[in-house]
Amino acid sequence: MISRRDFLQASMAASAIVGASGFGNWSRLAAQQALTQDQLLEFDTFGNVTLIHITDIHAQLKPIYFREPEINLGVGDARGQVPHVTGADFRKLYGIEDGSAPAYALSYNDFAALGKAYGKVGGLDRVATVINSIRAARPDALLLDGGDTWHGSYTCYQTEGQDMVNVMNALKPDAMTFHWEFTLGSDRVRELVEDLPFAALGQNIFDKEWDEPSEDFGSYEIFERGGSKIAVIGQAFPYMPIANPGWMFPEYSFGIRDERMQEMVDEAKGEGADLIVVLSHNGFDVDKKMAGRVQGIDVILSGHTHDALPEPVLVGETIIVASGSNGKFVSRVDLDVRDGRMMGFKHKLIPIFSDVIEPDKEVAALIDEQRAPYLDQLQEVIGQLDMDSVLYRRGNFNGTWDDVICDALISEREADIAMSPGVRWGPSILPGQDITREDIWNVTSMTYGKAYRSEMTGEFIHVILEDVADNLFNTDPYYQQGGDMVRIGGMGYKIDINKKQGERITDLTLLKTGEAIDPAKTYVVAGWASVNEATEGPEIWDVVESHIRKLGTVSTSPNTSVTVTGI
Amino acid sequence: MNFSRRETLALGLGAAAMGFMPFRVNAAVDDAVAAFTGGSDMADAGIDLTAPEIAENGNTVPISVDAPGATSIIVLAAGNPTPGVATFNFGELAGSQMASTRIRLAGTQDVVAIAKMADGSFAKASSTVKVTIGGCGG
Repeated sequence: MISRRDFLQASMAASAIVGASGFGNWSRLAAQQALTQDQLLEFDTFGNVTLIHITDIHAQLKPIYFREPEINLGVGDARGQVPHVTGADFRKLYGIEDGSAPAYALSYNDFAALGKAYGKVGGLDRVATVINSIRAARPDALLLDGGDTWHGSYTCYQTEGQDMVNVMNALKPDAMTFHWEFTLGSDRVRELVEDLPFAALGQNIFDKEWDEPSEDFGSYEIFERGGSKIAVIGQAFPYMPIANPGWMFPEYSFGIRDERMQEMVDEAKGEGADLIVVLSHNGFDVDKKMAGRVQGIDVILSGHTHDALPEPVLVGETIIVASGSNGKFVSRVDLDVRDGRMMGFKHKLIPIFSDVIEPDKEVAALIDEQRAPYLDQLQEVIGQLDMDSVLYRRGNFNGTWDDVICDALISEREADIAMSPGVRWGPSILPGQDITREDIWNVTSMTYGKAYRSEMTGEFIHVILEDVADNLFNTDPYYQQGGDMVRIGGMGYKIDINKKQGERITDLTLLKTGEAIDPAKTYVVAGWASVNEATEGPEIWDVVESHIRKLGTVSTSPNTSVTVTGI
Repeated sequence: MNFSRRETLALGLGAAAMGFMPFRVNAAVDDAVAAFTGGSDMADAGIDLTAPEIAENGNTVPISVDAPGATSIIVLAAGNPTPGVATFNFGELAGSQMASTRIRLAGTQDVVAIAKMADGSFAKASSTVKVTIGGCGG
């Protein structure tokens, strides 16, 4: 007699050994330059139910480059655990060969060289091909969108999300949850949600005034698939009004609300659900904690923290699937659901190599239709990247894109110090590439992008850094609000990630003079993405464009201004 | 990040008063607990306190308490200058012993709820609520 838990663990072990995720195989195939669409999509259909997960697209309709993080530190129980494993350690953990296609897709090393060899990733027309291929094998597969879909590009901003809605509708999702969508403003969100031909879910989206579940969003939806009832429960980003401007969606309250998640699981089971799937925008560590606290969840499709994992992580009897960001990956999860429970699973993280996967013609045309009115604006070349640099953002501390943005703020806004938000989105640029207006918008586009200029005391700057650091490095994931460390230009500091709030940040130094930051002295700080209403200043993309235009050629140098300890 | 100049100046004053550390439990809390329990031991089970992990707005934080069989529940904000928030008393005919309200928190701190049961025993629950500047979520 094999218990369910043993079975799941056996499945996990087996997939690690035989490479059911396909990763072991790619390396060799890629080395032989024989990587094909068929190999990327190869999958022996398993069980009776298929889930397709895509998340955190950030409005990237077209193929892009996306460098995975070099620094992604876990604290407390998450220390050294996936997804807080990067580079060579990550490749070793999953048996990925250096320089291989999966190494390019999942780790940061040799990014420029591998990017040239393996090309761009993503593109929703390629994603459509993958979805169609999965549906050919399993026509009633569920397509689930984890949110952060209607944000992050020039066209998404100009059309207030309509371009993404139009293209996603063509992919025919079955359900979606939300985060940045709310920064379109609650009126626009409701307008788009009302017309969606699929379920808009978030059990934790509450009416703020009455502290009751919002009537504008469902909590869960039950689908009949393969003779089983599949409940999909939505979990929107819990910290919307804290991490993003609450004044843009004042009617709504969020929060983790895991007691209500438990109620929803129990209620869905009471309605005969055989399988409980949570479509989550919690972030990976929060999902791990929730899986241990809420009983009865079979699958968590995890979004928000942009992690891409070749295998699910098992917590108790719950599998957690993380499917990356920016359209770079699609996860396929086949499940054997019998006798009212999950008996086994098979999983594959499919990287969308845009030169290998054929674009779907209809969706490609639909994407071009969305872009056509703006093409001249999008394609205008503002500058070039030099031959020695890669522009990227993802990571706990400043990426090179952040350094360029902070330089732009300091120079264009005549500031001592610059602050740029630690968001996880934003594609990468390879050496020698043109930098277009679209590229600049891809790392700056938002509905609250005004570049403020203000005076702050040294003490207050310190308070901000401590506050943000605790939102990233609090040992309890429920007290992390998501997002990486605020990016700083013009100032250096030391951080011990294992200390408590108020003790992590030391040795603040003004780089232009080399002097210690004086708590009592006032400094001119320029930044953007303020969550406060009525922030004044030029739009950040105009600031960055003006800066890059003046530079002509953008170059980067290693940023040594932050010293991290306690790793 | 997230500061207009105007709000930054206002926040700057608040931050100076607030300092870095979560608010410490002060003597007034111990006094309030002692006054309510008379120094009796408190059980960990028997009362549920629901509060957000991170407050969306520290000025109005929704909390609820539920202690089946309680005659009285006291709620304390351990880090506020005046920790006492509310005392809920339940008569014999009360259909349930739960209550919800919104409270103001001066900074990151523990919210504490203590129930007095019909048999004279006590139960305690506490939850840390973080009050943060916000911004930078991505």
